[in-house]
Amino acid sequence: MRPVQLTAYTATSCLGAGLAPTLAALQAHAGGLKPCTFETVRLPTYVGEVPDVDAHALPPGLADFDCRNNRLAWLALAQDDLRAAVARAVNRHGERRIGVFLGTSTSGILESELAYRRRDPRTGALPPDFRYRGAHNTFSLAAFVGRALGLEGPASVVSSACSSSAKVFASAQRALAADLIDAALVGGVDSLCLTTLYGFHSLQLVSAEPCRPFDRDRAGISIGEAGAFALLERAADDLDAQAILLLGCGESSDAHHMSAPHPEGRGARDAMRQALEDAHLRPADIDYINLHGTATPSNDAAEGRAVAEVLGAQTPGSSTKGATGHTLGAAGALEAVICALALRSGFAPGGLNTRTPDPALRVNYLLENRRAPLRRVMSNSFGFGGSNCSLILGRAG
Amino acid sequence: MSHGTLTGFVTGIGILGPGLNGWPDSRPVLCGSVPWTDAPTQLPPPQQLPAAERRRVGPSVKLTLAAGLEAVAQAGLEAAALPAVFSSSGGDGQNCHEICEVLASTERQISPTRFHNSVHNAASGYWGIATGATAASNALCAHDGSFGAGFLESLTQALVGDTSVLLLAYDSPYPQPIHQFRPISHALCVALVLSPALGPAARARITAHLSDEPPEALTGPLERLRTGVPAARALPLLALLAAGVPGRTVLEYLPHASLALEVMPCR
Repeated sequence: MRPVQLTAYTATSCLGAGLAPTLAALQAHAGGLKPCTFETVRLPTYVGEVPDVDAHALPPGLADFDCRNNRLAWLALAQDDLRAAVARAVNRHGERRIGVFLGTSTSGILESELAYRRRDPRTGALPPDFRYRGAHNTFSLAAFVGRALGLEGPASVVSSACSSSAKVFASAQRALAADLIDAALVGGVDSLCLTTLYGFHSLQLVSAEPCRPFDRDRAGISIGEAGAFALLERAADDLDAQAILLLGCGESSDAHHMSAPHPEGRGARDAMRQALEDAHLRPADIDYINLHGTATPSNDAAEGRAVAEVLGAQTPGSSTKGATGHTLGAAGALEAVICALALRSGFAPGGLNTRTPDPALRVNYLLENRRAPLRRVMSNSFGFGGSNCSLILGRAG
Repeated sequence: MSHGTLTGFVTGIGILGPGLNGWPDSRPVLCGSVPWTDAPTQLPPPQQLPAAERRRVGPSVKLTLAAGLEAVAQAGLEAAALPAVFSSSGGDGQNCHEICEVLASTERQISPTRFHNSVHNAASGYWGIATGATAASNALCAHDGSFGAGFLESLTQALVGDTSVLLLAYDSPYPQPIHQFRPISHALCVALVLSPALGPAARARITAHLSDEPPEALTGPLERLRTGVPAARALPLLALLAAGVPGRTVLEYLPHASLALEVMPCR
């Protein structure tokens, strides 16, 4: 299969808007988690909130799509000349030949949560300004982004919880291989809302302190929000050595439980093996693994087993969720972009907040940044419903 | 695979909806030889799930298990070995409503089961638990074009991965107050097994490409169902498959593109 190139990419999270502040934070080993003051939420937890999301108005004519999630998407798309890169791709290929495959878990559900506070006390009706299609519906993100950028190829939202925006890379890779499209805008956007904050709290999966992935004393996740995008095209023949490629994707299902991973990490293992197979690589070819690493006791234990089984205990790895929080449906794309930055800048980011890596997990967990000329890296994303996806990215040269 | 055109084979069909109880009974209705009865969708209990899970699931899970297993059996395949693509406009609307209601109250105590059932891939997760399927499973949404998005995704996956893929497009009604803004009329699931090559189970060859043409409307009362449920946008295709004659139809997909399909029966 012809390799796929990330011809442009960007990310916005609590680390900052765009690649430069994201890279600077990672290189400074600094994180963005703060005590939660979001909306009226009063929970003892830390969140990775993007500052001033609501200050970024949507472009004229697209007010029907207004919600925090699409504002975060628009803010993210404004960074790193991504919109200009997409416009050039439209000139190259035509708007019909560019697909839009984006991941989100909760879309604009925050708007609905707030609208439910304004129901008519007599009839129970929602306020007339409730917008189902533009904000509530899961497809709202791809509908908005496609309209805002003038893309008219195939479009869908993948919503498979925390694997959503990793799986969009696989969908785009297939659509390119089938010659359905010549380019794809992939990515993920998820924004803070009450459903996830109170929902993960109800499952007792939220940490009271900033999350500590793979730590012996890890106690749950810190929720974050992010928007991350990549433009994927078939790789050119004369590639720059610094070009970032999508080398392989693996997808699997646990078939075990809705909210707990398979204890042996069976699905995680299958996804990683498939990604290696798809990329025609051996385990030893992976220079760094960006772990899913949510910091819940069971998730990290299952992933640790799977990583040790597939890659062995030597491959350096870390979860960047200590820095960004778990950005749920945006995590796959955010962490793919972090992997691209790591490849481009030659360093493996060390995990934040972790003090004592759990000795029961046979993973070479990095606590500090490590300078290394990375060539190929893996990124894991696993979600509720037992949905697993592993991606392998690499440098061309 | 020529530029922008995908060709594959339908090897299994399942359907569950109002007055549409499985493919054999629905076939004459879709052909127009038996009138359609607008009766509530009969959701069978999800016997394939462990008892503890069975009580917790909503209509999406019951719909997809029933229609999905029908399609897989027809194709002569094992559900456990098949990749699947789930596509729905809204997932489980009742569950979503109840979460929003609790979050608008003063206590905000969501039940853990409600929360994990709120993910758009809930039906996919329960499908895995019920059938033991460990292959890739996707969960898509494209509003009214969710069938079209699922069809393209599963056909692409079948062709590129050289494997049969199970497509499940399903929707169920929201309760009030969301129903007023999104009036999905019935619970319905259309399941298709799509295969990359001609085999003994092949029922029809389908060629698909994006089009500017307007979607085809159905004649008669089934048109109300087609427009009332996003997954029922597939009905013009099912009508062709039911008739078993060569034909062409155009399905609703995105605001800027429809999905043109050419259908050639294999037997």
